[in-house]
Amino acid sequence: MKNHDNHISSDTLNWTVLLVLLILTTISILAIKMHLGTFTVLLALLLASVKVTIVLTYFMHLKFENLLLRLMVGAVFLLFAIVIVITFIDYYFR
Amino acid sequence: MSSTEHSEHIDSDTGKMGMWLFLFTELFLFGGLFIVYAVMRSKYAADFHHAALELNAFVGATNTVVLLVSSMTVAMSLTAIQQKRAGKAMGLIFITLLLAGVFMVNKYFEWGHKISLHLYPGSDVMKTLPHGEIMFFGLYFMMTGLHALHVIIGGILLTIIIFKIKEGKINSEHYLLHENGALYWHLVDLIWIFLFPLLYLIT
Repeated sequence: MKNHDNHISSDTLNWTVLLVLLILTTISILAIKMHLGTFTVLLALLLASVKVTIVLTYFMHLKFENLLLRLMVGAVFLLFAIVIVITFIDYYFR
Repeated sequence: MSSTEHSEHIDSDTGKMGMWLFLFTELFLFGGLFIVYAVMRSKYAADFHHAALELNAFVGATNTVVLLVSSMTVAMSLTAIQQKRAGKAMGLIFITLLLAGVFMVNKYFEWGHKISLHLYPGSDVMKTLPHGEIMFFGLYFMMTGLHALHVIIGGILLTIIIFKIKEGKINSEHYLLHENGALYWHLVDLIWIFLFPLLYLIT
């Protein structure tokens, strides 16, 4: 099981990614503490989604993976989003 | 490239794809709980608001930082092994394990505090609470407990990886297990990124 042609992320990139993630965490804590009403939940989920995308792209090396794997991950997250939307449509309109 | 080398290359790619397929099932395991949380939150908004005030956002934030840093150290250890720096790779995984320990100690005190207040599923105090609050604490223990179990499994996996690096079985040419272990650890981080705002921040 030899690993070939794999991208090697530099330490600088890893540190930068961590820094961005920590900044986003701080923003989400501050934003939620300001009590923005109905937008709070939406904002928290949006920031969490951005953080998750960054982890997937850089720490989990998706940016450097083949197209098939990237499409698979995208499809699964799309499927998950559809499941959530359908659950809520069912819940609100029954 | 010889034919053996070619098949080995495919093995490494499929090995990684298999890990991703497993991670998808993990996503839906937690995803199901997230959906229950979302529906219950919209049904019992007031109870969830009240119950969430019991959680300590500072402890949650600390554990978020701990997990984010540990995610970076494990990513850096993979970089180190690819660059033939086995010692650095082992050191970085060791730091990751220490951070996992810090996370679990925080969790121990957090759960301990809740249990000392008799806020655990099935307790006498819990039975007197409104239905929505019982729901919140039930989900809190279920989701953080399942997540903590993943932290422990990830820790065991990373320990195995340290030994394999030491034995030379994981090296700059063969590091699929290291890669998959790192992917698993990042998943633990991913789930916490959603758990933290949903349970601790939004009240």
